[in-house]
Amino acid sequence: MPSEILMPALSPTMEEGKLAKWLVKEGDAVAPGDIIAEIETDKATMDVEAVDEGTITKLLVAEGSANIAVNTPIALIAGDDLAATPNAVLPDPEARQEPKAKPGPAVKQADEMPSEKPHPAIGLSSGDALGSINTDLSGVEVIETTMREALRDAMAQEMRRDADVFLMGEEVAQYQGAYKVSQGLLEEFGDRRVIDTPITEQGFAGIGVGAALAGLKPIVEFMTWNFAMQAIDQIINSAAKTRYMSGGQMHAPIVFRGPNGAASRVGAQHSQCYSAWYAHVPGLKVVAPSTPADAKGLLKSAIRDPNPVVFLENELLYGIAGPVPQVDEWLVPIGKARIARAGSDVTIVSFLRGMTYALEAADRLAEDGIASEVIDLRTLRPLDLETILTSVSKTNRLVVVEEAWPVCSVGSEICAQVSMQAFDDLDAPPRKVSGVDVPMPYAANLEKLALPSADDVVAAAKAVLYL
Amino acid sequence: MPTEKTSQTADAVAHVWSDPPDLSPDQDLAALREMLRIRRFEEKAGQLYGMGFIGGFCHLYIGQEAVVVGLQISAKAGDQVITTYRDHGHMLAAGMDPKGVMAELTGRAAGYSKGKGGSMHMFSAEKGFYGGHGIVGASVPVGAGLAFSNLYRGNDNVCFCYFGDGAANQGQVYETFNMAELWNLPIIFVIENNKYAMGTSIERSSATTNLSNRGASFAIPGQQVDGMDVRAVKAAGQSAVEAARAGKGPYILEMITYRYRGHSMSDPAKYRTKEEVKKVRDDHDPIAQVRKRLLVGGMSEDELKQIDRDIRSEINAAAEFAQNAPEPETNQLLTDVLAG
Ligand SMILES: Cc1ncc(C[n+]2csc(CCOP(=O)(O)OP(=O)(O)O)c2C)c(N)n1
Ligand SMILES: [Mg+2]
Repeated sequence: MPSEILMPALSPTMEEGKLAKWLVKEGDAVAPGDIIAEIETDKATMDVEAVDEGTITKLLVAEGSANIAVNTPIALIAGDDLAATPNAVLPDPEARQEPKAKPGPAVKQADEMPSEKPHPAIGLSSGDALGSINTDLSGVEVIETTMREALRDAMAQEMRRDADVFLMGEEVAQYQGAYKVSQGLLEEFGDRRVIDTPITEQGFAGIGVGAALAGLKPIVEFMTWNFAMQAIDQIINSAAKTRYMSGGQMHAPIVFRGPNGAASRVGAQHSQCYSAWYAHVPGLKVVAPSTPADAKGLLKSAIRDPNPVVFLENELLYGIAGPVPQVDEWLVPIGKARIARAGSDVTIVSFLRGMTYALEAADRLAEDGIASEVIDLRTLRPLDLETILTSVSKTNRLVVVEEAWPVCSVGSEICAQVSMQAFDDLDAPPRKVSGVDVPMPYAANLEKLALPSADDVVAAAKAVLYL
Repeated sequence: MPTEKTSQTADAVAHVWSDPPDLSPDQDLAALREMLRIRRFEEKAGQLYGMGFIGGFCHLYIGQEAVVVGLQISAKAGDQVITTYRDHGHMLAAGMDPKGVMAELTGRAAGYSKGKGGSMHMFSAEKGFYGGHGIVGASVPVGAGLAFSNLYRGNDNVCFCYFGDGAANQGQVYETFNMAELWNLPIIFVIENNKYAMGTSIERSSATTNLSNRGASFAIPGQQVDGMDVRAVKAAGQSAVEAARAGKGPYILEMITYRYRGHSMSDPAKYRTKEEVKKVRDDHDPIAQVRKRLLVGGMSEDELKQIDRDIRSEINAAAEFAQNAPEPETNQLLTDVLAG
């Protein structure tokens, strides 16, 4: 009985691909491991290997066909009697990755990224004092840009502007970045300024600090912030404290950047939010943008900042697109929150991927006639308490949303500060929506439960409104 | 015994060694079964990943099977094994049940970590398998700690501590080397040099590429081994393990090997040529080598096919089990955080 060979997914987010080439023809005998076809997505080509032994009886899809959905039968194989049955079993739809919220493994292309709803255009608040910089987006040309491209563009512009800026990290040069953030930089700037390092985080973070103390302006990319735990001593003891310890004689103008927080299904050691860890440290600035425009403007500011800046990105946000102003000097100031949505009933404060839940919750609350004011912190240290306090004085209700663990979190700090400074403004105790206080589980159902959701935010907002 | 060769050549595993001693036909047959189990398991895991049953990262061991299989021949009860995220082969070789491993890959309650760990983080206290570690380099000192426990208790067990060529540059590896030699720990450092760390070839990441020499400044002896030839692995492993059991301290085995698949599942593989991969598969495949010897020794093609058939039905059963097993109960989210 022939069984079907199915179109494989190269990553959990891939939905379709092209069958570039057949390497077998009908009647060919194949053994497990034989390469039978090449499939292509926009940027990657991959081999399909036979899993069973047998004879290819029929090629169901012509060479060169594009847009073949994952799991479409592409060929029939007549096994000898051991042809595997599971090959023909269609995956249980529950177990199938939902492409939306599920990212893939290390190498992902922009085209494979979850196509999340673009965030609303940056609603710059009146508190956004950008000085001489043009902040009024009306009439300013904007271009839809992914977060990934926005970060790359920021680095490229600053490297063009300042010859002391360079990028260093694992797979940043030849591979174009493990998450393709540094795409094209090696070509433009060469290997003197775009430097592949060995897998030695403590070493290259320290080398970055030394170079910064000597006046260069390194951007150190961590493949993810999980791996920066190898280097945290250099970030805190060498980068953050030197200005103080030297009585102001020297400082480290360095940016440490990379994806932070939960990715999808990568388990406990690869899914952790470091917001509170770094926000705790005097001598650091900590930035965590949620939109491409903020990412670009803040990264440019971070590179120009004379202090060590910890720049937290999120893998699941790399593929989202949003309008980025095409002004020459698009600089977003560090230390200023942004009112992402104005409202008078409840203040919802969040940052990074938490903003996804906060904004979705605000939409749903609006359907119930509740007007939320959503604040995107953008910077975690120094914290823009003023914007939060102003909002709370209007709404009298506070919900903080974060993916991090709840104990001693950024949310904890905000609740503490608001309680201490604006106790009389509050009509209800503040609420925190955080990740669950456990290491990240791998199982799909548990992982979902471990992370906050828009539902949780809606419930918290209703709770502080006593609804 | 394999003799050391210093310079790397264009062919990824074209090192010249003197012929290692042959295995007995029984040992060859056992090695074939073990390596085939790993390969068929990994092929199936790749297939389940493509079907969406496995999420996140999934690092396959295809091509490297001879390393763990050849070394496990010298292991005995009470020895420990610790490795990185490329761990499926090590678990099977350590005697873990393919059903339990596959069910962990699909995130089900019947998995070795109850579905909480995933591909990169799996453990078996019963089989002395201490993970499954996602942080490059971090498992190396932990392995030395396992070896320390053997010394402390005065038994003759050893720890097999596996890590990659990329990991071999991490600072904590050298802190560990120093203490391992200083304290004479019974540990075999197995560097699986598959030539690449993600997209970075060893030549692009390492000032010196003979990793067996990396213990030299701590006086830890080492040697390069043809990690595609299970006979060479077994011979080198046996003498290193015997020495460690006899109290002679740590040893470094640099296994020259190769991964056929991408680093994880979606790897565009632009850092190496198809010809390079093909050449290794054609000229050095660890399974093909044993198969050939068994055929020369008088086994029939049919007998070998029957072995493959049996293994594939075992693996298919594991896959079926892993696809249909239930997810963990939701109350499992909060358990196992603290002991006691
Ligand atoms: C500390 C740390 N840095 C970076 C990574 C990301 N990473 C995972 S595997 C890998 C390559 C490791 O290569 P190697 O040690 O040669 O092992 P192989 O994958 O070849 O088995 C990298 C950079 C990580 N997991 N941990
Ligand atoms: Mg390697």
